[in-house]
Amino acid sequence: MAGTLEDDASQDAPPVSVRSSKRITLGDREGALAWLFLLPSVVYIVGLVAIPFFLAIGFAFSDVSAGDPSYDFAGLRNYRRAFADPVFWTSLRNTFVITVITMILVVVLGTILSNILVADFRGKWVVRFLVLLPWTTPVSLSSVTWLWLLDSIYSPIDWVMREVGLLGPDTLFGPTGNMYWLGKPGLATASVIMVQTWRLVPLAAVIIMAGLAAIPDDLDEAARVDGAGFWRRMFEITTPLIMPVVAVATLFAAIFTFTDMAVVYVLTRGGPTNSTQVLASWAYYKGIEGGDIAQGAAIALFLFPILLAAAVAILRSVRKVEVL
Amino acid sequence: MAVVEVRDLHKVYDGAQQAALGKINLATEEGEYLVLVGPSGCGKTTLLRTIAGLEQPTAGEVLIGGEVVNGLPPRARQIAMVFQSYALYPHKTVFGNIEFPLKASRIDRPERERKVRWAAELLGLTRLLDRRPRQLSGGERQRVALARALVRDPAVFLLDEPLSNLDAKLRTSARDELKRFQAEIGTTTVYVTHDQTEAMGLGDRIAVLSDGAVRQIGSPSEVYDHPADTFVATFIGSPPMNLVPSGDRLVGFRPEHLLPEEDVPGSDRVTVPFAVDRMENLSGDRHIYGTVTGIGEPTRVIARLPTTVTTPITVGESHAFAVAADRLRFFDTDPDSGRRAEPVRLEA
Repeated sequence: MAGTLEDDASQDAPPVSVRSSKRITLGDREGALAWLFLLPSVVYIVGLVAIPFFLAIGFAFSDVSAGDPSYDFAGLRNYRRAFADPVFWTSLRNTFVITVITMILVVVLGTILSNILVADFRGKWVVRFLVLLPWTTPVSLSSVTWLWLLDSIYSPIDWVMREVGLLGPDTLFGPTGNMYWLGKPGLATASVIMVQTWRLVPLAAVIIMAGLAAIPDDLDEAARVDGAGFWRRMFEITTPLIMPVVAVATLFAAIFTFTDMAVVYVLTRGGPTNSTQVLASWAYYKGIEGGDIAQGAAIALFLFPILLAAAVAILRSVRKVEVL
Repeated sequence: MAVVEVRDLHKVYDGAQQAALGKINLATEEGEYLVLVGPSGCGKTTLLRTIAGLEQPTAGEVLIGGEVVNGLPPRARQIAMVFQSYALYPHKTVFGNIEFPLKASRIDRPERERKVRWAAELLGLTRLLDRRPRQLSGGERQRVALARALVRDPAVFLLDEPLSNLDAKLRTSARDELKRFQAEIGTTTVYVTHDQTEAMGLGDRIAVLSDGAVRQIGSPSEVYDHPADTFVATFIGSPPMNLVPSGDRLVGFRPEHLLPEEDVPGSDRVTVPFAVDRMENLSGDRHIYGTVTGIGEPTRVIARLPTTVTTPITVGESHAFAVAADRLRFFDTDPDSGRRAEPVRLEA
């Protein structure tokens, strides 16, 4: 009896669902879907990365300028001119000095900060939020803030130093009442490094934090049971395990510092006497402000092979240390 | 002197409503294999971690070698632990993993090398010393974890479900290896598992835990034959003990003791009509499902007939089964206690 009831039910079942599931919809054609979903980003990347990139390559070997936009092939002339210019070499050296020192500071401070941020303490969310703020602020805006902080006369940093007796007559930092942060070559470079570090440490800390969170808790517990104290756990267990993400953070820090011109442009405009000039800002001054587009493109492109080599080297080392 | 002892151990996790551990009292004997067994969430792992010093008790004391170790960090407790995941250091070789505790206790290099080789030899890891954990099989990883625990010369081994990551076939042989290994080393071992077969097979004594309390401690046969309450009776043994409500008592008997009447020797037995409704053949044994009447309320029970019992059983018919009187167990019907109760005379 029960059997017949079931049979009846299956015959009465609406055949509509069968028919609709037989039709092939767009949702079934994965090949078409792939293209559909990829299209926006492909258009975006081609329009805003690929075209400008190849345009820059074209310009670098031409004589295009703001006054004469007509394209004439000029071979390696732009590079010969750049190499003959001492400012180019100063910029190149500054770029490396600023990038390398920033990179080291960012990695060291970012690692320390991330270890603090993963710890469990009261008000952790407020601290995390505050720490991330520098990175969420546009570079140019925060650079303007730093410009005020480092002002030659009204710098609050100088004021604090004067108050605690580090600055002024008969003090550690000399008889003058101001540091002139952006007015002396060494201090100006240090200031640029300080601002770059300040804005990149939060990013590095968050990346490394993700690496720390990915380490299973029981590894640390096993090390504790095995008799390892804090420093041994830190340097023999935790640090080797976060090396891959530290390398990624390093790569980001290096690329962001290497390619940034906003900090230098806002703080020092490359001065005093080009002592903080970097390739990115020099390319901007030559190409946009000076109107020599071909020359600017040539200088800007000089960054490309260096960055590419650095990225490949770092990503390779990541693969080597990746163990989990 | 007990190697490990816990006194009135109480643990409530921050923000938890219920205590993870009630008031636990437990002591191991020198060189014994004590197995903590219970369903997930019963507090067995919490207890082990509290002994290890990875968790701090809310109240009560942990003693190792007769000394209260409550305030001491794990490294000062003379313990070694094998984690469920093995927690091998993925960036270190097998050698580096086994060597790590020795480095941490600042033992010099030649001595470290000697001990690592000794442990590797003992556990058959010598040819794997240069490998990294991810290049090892589950069983090899487990042995590396054991070797790492071994080189510390601990007063006690704490093992947290070390077999649960192995496949069923490997588990049986690994269980045998573990037992032989401990017999050879002779170190007191506290072993946590949720698998009652593992507990019965490995433990010198087993402690059955449920809801943060120890329900019973005893040798495997004691716990199996004389369960302290209905929880132990149904948790230990597969299939579990049959429980039949009868007046103010629950009458319990193991499936292998419910047999066709002619297979129960002796005159002191309780005969019950058994209406059979299903039968399974499992590794030689016949598992028979059906309803018993006569000793109490009609209740669905399982009978396990060994191969030696050849009495023909027909599904759908009622057969005369019996349980020897000395195999009957009695429990309180109160579901909160279910404790062992005085036996009563069953009319059947």
